[in-house]
Amino acid sequence: MTEATLPLVAVERGGGLLRRLSDTLVTRPRLLLAILLAPPLLWLGVVYLGALFALLLQSFFSIDEFSGLIRHEFTLKTYGELLQPANLDIIIRTVTMAACVTLVSAAIAFPIAYYAARYARGRWKALFYLAVMLPLWSSYLVRVYAWKLILAKEGIVTWIFAELHLSWLLDGILALPVVGGPSLSISYLGTFLVFLYIWLPFMILPVQASLERVPASLIEASGDLGATPRQAFATVILPLALPGVVAGSIFTFSLTLGDYIIPQIVGSSRLFIGQAVYTHQGTAGNIPLAAAFTVVPIVIMGFYLWGAKKLGAFNAL
Amino acid sequence: MVEAPGLAPCAVAQPVAVRFQQVSRHFGSVRAVDAVDLEIAAGEFFAMLGPSGSGKTTCLRLIAGFEQPDAGHIEIFGDTVEGVPAYRRNVNTVFQDYALFPHMTVLDNVAYALRIRGMAKAERHAKARQALALVRLEGYDDRRPVQLSGGQRQRVALARALVGEPKVLLLDEPLGALDLKLREQMQVELKELQRRLGITFVFVTHDQGEALSMSDRLAVFNDGRIMQVGTPEEVYARPRNRFVAGFVGASNVLEPEIAEALTGLRGHFSLRPERIALLGAGESPAPDSLVAEGRLESLQFHGATRRLTVAVPGVTLVVTLAAAPARLPQQGEVVRLAWPRAALHAMDESS
Repeated sequence: MTEATLPLVAVERGGGLLRRLSDTLVTRPRLLLAILLAPPLLWLGVVYLGALFALLLQSFFSIDEFSGLIRHEFTLKTYGELLQPANLDIIIRTVTMAACVTLVSAAIAFPIAYYAARYARGRWKALFYLAVMLPLWSSYLVRVYAWKLILAKEGIVTWIFAELHLSWLLDGILALPVVGGPSLSISYLGTFLVFLYIWLPFMILPVQASLERVPASLIEASGDLGATPRQAFATVILPLALPGVVAGSIFTFSLTLGDYIIPQIVGSSRLFIGQAVYTHQGTAGNIPLAAAFTVVPIVIMGFYLWGAKKLGAFNAL
Repeated sequence: MVEAPGLAPCAVAQPVAVRFQQVSRHFGSVRAVDAVDLEIAAGEFFAMLGPSGSGKTTCLRLIAGFEQPDAGHIEIFGDTVEGVPAYRRNVNTVFQDYALFPHMTVLDNVAYALRIRGMAKAERHAKARQALALVRLEGYDDRRPVQLSGGQRQRVALARALVGEPKVLLLDEPLGALDLKLREQMQVELKELQRRLGITFVFVTHDQGEALSMSDRLAVFNDGRIMQVGTPEEVYARPRNRFVAGFVGASNVLEPEIAEALTGLRGHFSLRPERIALLGAGESPAPDSLVAEGRLESLQFHGATRRLTVAVPGVTLVVTLAAAPARLPQQGEVVRLAWPRAALHAMDESS
């Protein structure tokens, strides 16, 4: 009889320590969750929030102009320094750049993401992911330096314009006030192009993910109810994709706000917030001002998210 | 010249709501709809019945305008619609998954078609409330679709499709996601709604019970073709071929050899299980009946009915008994069956 070899009990109890531990965890899922979440939460709480708080604290100190030492007294003097024309210029320049990069990358990313989400299947979808992700596999520095070469006066862009007998066009663009410069690699336009290229995947992927979640039947339903493709886009597709666009814009906007390498390698020598932070905390030793500069993107992002929420960007979540 | 074989002109002089002439729609090598001819009369409750992949949903999407035919001609109330996109057709759809807009309230969902037409807010909301009253869903105006039950979503989808006063309402398996009780209730309500509004309803379903109970006429689809069109009674009583006999209700199909042995007639016959009676010991059959003897293989209790399978030489017959017999035979016992000669219905030999 084979049945005789089976244990003749309905409920098995006991067993080794590990087994009892796993029984305990299975029957108390909350305990398991707590154990799994405690280390990352501690890390986030102590290391991340703690550092952020220390930073915030630093920004309320000031530097003694004579000794160059930090005075550990609460003051708003450092924040006042942000409003000096030179510093304010840096902030305005950075925010304008971040806004331009975000708007243009959203405009470029949307059709690509729409194609990937709605039409690409199988091999084409794989190709899409590869094309979007592949640049992320190589070093950020390598890509930025590559762009410096591409945009340089002796670079391929200048050459292509010359071959097409369009040098006058490139020269015309470079002659524009503010955005122009001696060459693309030494102009705001060049900085903008590199920012756009580097952060574009961070816009495409969330937009694609949000469009992927819009069932095809919703688009058919809007057409069925009389909406032209343009109306369907405005009333159904865009509102439902908006959380993705906002998520993408948070990436492109905040990454541009904080970056200090791209404007240093490609662009005019005028500073962006990231560079200002880098300079002040380094050679200048002005930690309070560096901290105050760092608070600027945080505050701007706070307002940005608040505004996005007010506009209903997260209603479809 | 294109003809519509097997379609007699409508007896009543009603305008034709939807006309298909030799319509085909292919997806690669798959013939989803293959040379279909069809006429749906105005004001009719028309069901398209068939198994999944039979082409019924593609036909619905051809009427809605989500698909364009590869060949053939489609008219809606006399207007040619090839090349006309969905948003220019006065036809609305109740989708299988309801397709409610998740970012809008119930009221805004229902008012959507009116908003697209540029109707002022107060007016379109008033009309949307009327439509919601029509489907008996009041007091949920400000809810989001996710906050509703399946049955409530179904009503919203129905109100949204009706608010624009379409000429034809298309329903794509609208009751499929509901539980049995709600489904039966909605069947009655839909039928009542259609009668009251007088709009042509075209209803796609794979549930033969639903098609039989709700429709004025129905078309049975298989492999992209229409097997039979007729009233529920016609299709049930006189299935044209083996497929219809098996798909619409249950049926015993007698092959020519078996039929000859049992009845003396040669041909394919359909015999409905409920037409067969179980003869008690010594009981003689009614006049003009055919009798067969077989071994009882199984007996199932279904509440209102009992279902017997009886192995007669050459064929296993399914028998449905409405009333309990005086004595229930045991499994393996030899029983005698009888059915009126008129219960045998001769079918096309094809398919």
